[in-house]
Amino acid sequence: MLHSKLIALVPLLPFATFLLLGLFGRKYLKNFSGILGTLSLLVAASISFYAAYEYFFVVGKNAAGVYEQIIAFKFTWLEFSPGVSIDLGVILDPISIMMLVVVTFISLMVHIYSMGYMKGEERYATYYSFLSLFTFSMLGLVMASNIFQIYIFWELVGVSSFLLIGFYYDKPSAVAAAKKAFIVTRFADLGFLIGILVLAFYSHTLDFQTLIERLTNHSEYYTTITAASFMGVSALTWGLVLVFIGGAGKSAMFPLHVWLPDAMEGPTPVSALIHAATMVVAGVYLVARLFPVFALSCPPALQVVTYVGLFSSLFAAIVACTQTDIKRVLAYSTMSQIGFMMFALGVSGYGGEEGLGYMASMFHLFTHAMFKALLFLGAGAVIHYVHSNEMKDMGGLRKSMPITHITFLIACLAIAGIPPFAGFFSKEEILAAAFHSNKLVFVVAIITAGITAFYMFRLYFNIFWSKEKVIDHAHDDHSHDSHGEGTKTMLIPLIILGLCAVGAGFIPFSHLVTSDGKVLETEFNPMFSIGPVLIAVSGILLAMFMYKKANSKPDTVSKALGGFYKAAYNKFYIDEIYLFKTKKIIFNLIGKPAAWFDKNIVDGCINLSATITENIAEALRPIQSGKVQQYAIWFFVGVLSFSVLFIYFWTN
Amino acid sequence: MNLSLLILIPLLTAIVILTCKNIFAVRWVAFIGSVIQLGLSCALLYFYNAERASGNLGQMLFTERHSWYAALNIEYYIGVDGISIAMILLTSFVVAAGVLISWKMETLTKEFFFLLMLLSVGAYGFFISLDLFTMFFFLEVAVIPKFLLIGIWGSGKKEYSAMKLALMLMFGSALVLIGILGIYYNTNDGSGHHTFDILKISHQHIPLSLQMYFFPVLFAGFGVFTAMFPFHTWAPDGHSSAPTAASMFLAGISMKLGGYGCLRVATYLMPEGAHHYSWVIILLATIAIIYGAFATLMQKDLKYINAYSSVSHCGFVLLGIGMLTKVSIEGAVMQMVSHGLMTALFFAAIGMLYERTHTRQVAQLGGLLKVMPFIGVVFVIAGLCSLGLPGLSGFAAEMTVFMGAWENPEIWHRFATVLACASIVVTAVYILRAAGSSVMGPIKDEHFRLIKDAEWNEKLASVLLLVAILAIGMAPFWLINLVGPDSKIIMDQLSSIGGF
Amino acid sequence: MNEIGLPQILVVSTALFFIGVYGFLTRRNMITMLMSIELILNSVNINFISFNKYLFPGKLDGLFFTVIIITIAAAEAAVAIAIIISLYRKYKSIDVEDANSMKF
Repeated sequence: MLHSKLIALVPLLPFATFLLLGLFGRKYLKNFSGILGTLSLLVAASISFYAAYEYFFVVGKNAAGVYEQIIAFKFTWLEFSPGVSIDLGVILDPISIMMLVVVTFISLMVHIYSMGYMKGEERYATYYSFLSLFTFSMLGLVMASNIFQIYIFWELVGVSSFLLIGFYYDKPSAVAAAKKAFIVTRFADLGFLIGILVLAFYSHTLDFQTLIERLTNHSEYYTTITAASFMGVSALTWGLVLVFIGGAGKSAMFPLHVWLPDAMEGPTPVSALIHAATMVVAGVYLVARLFPVFALSCPPALQVVTYVGLFSSLFAAIVACTQTDIKRVLAYSTMSQIGFMMFALGVSGYGGEEGLGYMASMFHLFTHAMFKALLFLGAGAVIHYVHSNEMKDMGGLRKSMPITHITFLIACLAIAGIPPFAGFFSKEEILAAAFHSNKLVFVVAIITAGITAFYMFRLYFNIFWSKEKVIDHAHDDHSHDSHGEGTKTMLIPLIILGLCAVGAGFIPFSHLVTSDGKVLETEFNPMFSIGPVLIAVSGILLAMFMYKKANSKPDTVSKALGGFYKAAYNKFYIDEIYLFKTKKIIFNLIGKPAAWFDKNIVDGCINLSATITENIAEALRPIQSGKVQQYAIWFFVGVLSFSVLFIYFWTN
Repeated sequence: MNLSLLILIPLLTAIVILTCKNIFAVRWVAFIGSVIQLGLSCALLYFYNAERASGNLGQMLFTERHSWYAALNIEYYIGVDGISIAMILLTSFVVAAGVLISWKMETLTKEFFFLLMLLSVGAYGFFISLDLFTMFFFLEVAVIPKFLLIGIWGSGKKEYSAMKLALMLMFGSALVLIGILGIYYNTNDGSGHHTFDILKISHQHIPLSLQMYFFPVLFAGFGVFTAMFPFHTWAPDGHSSAPTAASMFLAGISMKLGGYGCLRVATYLMPEGAHHYSWVIILLATIAIIYGAFATLMQKDLKYINAYSSVSHCGFVLLGIGMLTKVSIEGAVMQMVSHGLMTALFFAAIGMLYERTHTRQVAQLGGLLKVMPFIGVVFVIAGLCSLGLPGLSGFAAEMTVFMGAWENPEIWHRFATVLACASIVVTAVYILRAAGSSVMGPIKDEHFRLIKDAEWNEKLASVLLLVAILAIGMAPFWLINLVGPDSKIIMDQLSSIGGF
Repeated sequence: MNEIGLPQILVVSTALFFIGVYGFLTRRNMITMLMSIELILNSVNINFISFNKYLFPGKLDGLFFTVIIITIAAAEAAVAIAIIISLYRKYKSIDVEDANSMKF
């Protein structure tokens, strides 16, 4: 049996590191913080690898050969009413174990990489404490056994992402990006929160296992939640779609994706960890976690997932072709790939052959984490070298950065889906799943895959080929020699991840991670994969043709496309629409009137009452004239009138 | 445990302060006094839990009863339950932090600390009173010092603010008095006399027609204290003019007097009234939450930002009460404690910033995290708590309110809950706006580079509040277990009337 | 010839009272006003005495009140004259119109 205490160490170690570095790092541990953080994560990663081994090969399967969910640990954190409580727990099942491995592994790589990348940074210790905080939160998220626990860690990853994007807090653009990321995802979290409230209300529980059980069986809970409806849609659909909105926000799905490209303001290793490999797939993970409910009880919600994912993937791929900031290209490609995972879940069913999409999605999540982290870390090395994010400052770097070049190429091939690299296998499964369930999805997906290959190689050729001269304006030859391609700590993760990007595809995912825990037998059909590979290869060739040598072809093409190119370059003006919405509508139409109303109407009423009192007093003031005889007259008149009054009453 | 100590200790401290010869002595006496209060309230929590664990099922523990005006049956009758202990803990933390934060107060130090202590006498007395009149008496004790604190040590348009605050609160307490008398003249202590005893009244039935009149009066009266829309405008002006410690007391403690009164007096004693008017409460609370949040968006002064956000956050307290479910009432109490601590911390941070930069305008600040990391971090944490980050107290409280509110299945209540939930987004916007441009970003003024970070007293004050915030945020179960049984008593009272 | 009865005396005292009131309201000189007040008081005294004599001959309450009023009138005159003197010192006048600072 797995040692639950040992598992609990996995998130607790980064948490302890966070506290230690956060409280004392600045003063006492400045130079050791990198090593400290890395070591603690190394232990955590080893434990999770061990746990994965134990789970998948020793204890995970029950007698029937099905992977079961194991609650390793559970603790009631906040009890609302009997049965409805926020528990902090650890759930172990194939997807959580897989995420555990991904998160600790990528985080470990990023920790190692950052030792070189962030060297000499003034807030080195703070950086590592934030990284640890993020890792802790992400681990808590993936191990959550309770829907509210996911929400708790969901918020925590949000805030650590905020802190890391805004790490260079004296740069206004970084602060703005951090704010944007937090607020946009917060907006999505609102949906998530309300979704939780809806689901919890009808199922009378917050615990995942119970929740799934109650909403998939045709029990009384299921009946009430489907019977209740609002605006003609059942409460279950509302709940799930709202929860999905939360997931879409974190996973940068259209139209909540606007924060992701801007989030690239953070240090590049952070982008690799948070905005490529781990946090952004939290939305996919969330849908996967609730997958039985989506698939068995509420197909309409799954339709929403499919089309949002599909549109996002195509949209992001088109935008990625036009961006010139290499990190932004990668950001859009991340969005596009997450779109793949989303619609793969969307086209999937629950159990057996139907569950191919689910398996493919998780598989793609896994391989994507490897090669996307690699791409980002490679891009980080490039940026470190040329001190710029812009493609125009790069070119011909293959000679000066050989290791980066090779690993980057591997990653590009992987994401383009060229066999035998990791992305090929997972993407193939996704396309197969789409092919079997929805032809429209399949067609769009395959087009997107082609575009993916094109823009990735556009990126690759622009960085490593294109202009042959090595740019020198950032620094002279002397500094070239001194910092070369990067420190060992930067190169080792690249190499390790490069190996993973080659090898990860051979992991038999269909035996390990499936929707119902049973083994899913998939036959590999070479005939089917010819088409997608050909499309990918043609995308690569097109990119090669256009970008291998510096020439005017790209300009000609962009001119020919005219308005469409311009729109794509400006990300289809989504940012502007948001800006308009927030600045003009929220601030001017709601905020300002509210403030005005408060100052003038509400406070005005209060001041008015004061003024009225004052005016009455002013009006009554002349009565108190200071003239004795006037007072006397009042007095006599008063006495007389009272006498008259009393006499009148007495005599009657 | 002798509850009267909670009143006597601050009173004694106040008197000793008056006899002190120099500033040094005044500070230390005040500090020691507040530390004793802190110890007392923690001990109270301990003894209370021990007593409950040993099976004492009394509704109120540690009761004490003396007659102090027999002709009208007015008694000095005190006792505590979980809810009042939560409030007492809050008070003692805020008092200690407030004393520490005002360490550098140079003008009329003696009087300043005297008034602070007097205010805490009022607060403690209010929370432990079980006699309506005694309660009202302490409520008034807590009002007057605020007027002086703002009027004398304030800044800006302090006379206006002090006057506005005092008058509005007095208006509130006048309504409270009317309500209390309304209840009083319809009670019977069993021997033919009227009574102010809350527990006795709770077992009687106040005629329905009277509840219809007196519930709104009483609720609005306490509502003024807790900055209920539309009686909230004393809060922004009062807070912004008040000295730091007074702001902390005002938002941290005195707004809670209102919430506690709404719950303990209005709702508990007049359940039918509460049911009948719950939609009004929810309406006003929802307006306060949303509209307070949007009004905050447009503020430029840090203290105004926090004051308006307090209006929004106190809306959650009222929403929790208005929703009339056990969980929502627990949430309301938790929100009171959480908001008290968090807003006190926020005001402390703003006060520290202001003392160093001499401005509270967001536009003029910037990059302070670099020159004063401690204060900057405190500021950010207070902000994060305000926007409901898990692990800090705001989250647990707000989520409890939401969970409780959602249990109320009418569509109208749902709508209000969704709107209230939506405020978490707006909160995030204004908090990040404030934090993003005041402590983050580039340094806007070269003078800021010479600024020194927090001193020991300020650090201690912040840490004290942070500890409390984390204790609730990380482990909310102790608080919910503390207030749960008593929320249930209030809920039983509410559901005992049938038909709902 | 009719004996002088209560009504006649009341007529006198009423006349005295209204003369006093008239004097108090119209005179500007504070001494005169003081004298008018004395007239009012004395009309009250007359009332007391005559009611006592005609309605309750066996009692002395009215007489006692009269004595008290006379005493108070003396005290009052002393106070009033003291006030008048200090006003005179301040305003160099005993015109009541000049002493109007007691307002608002």
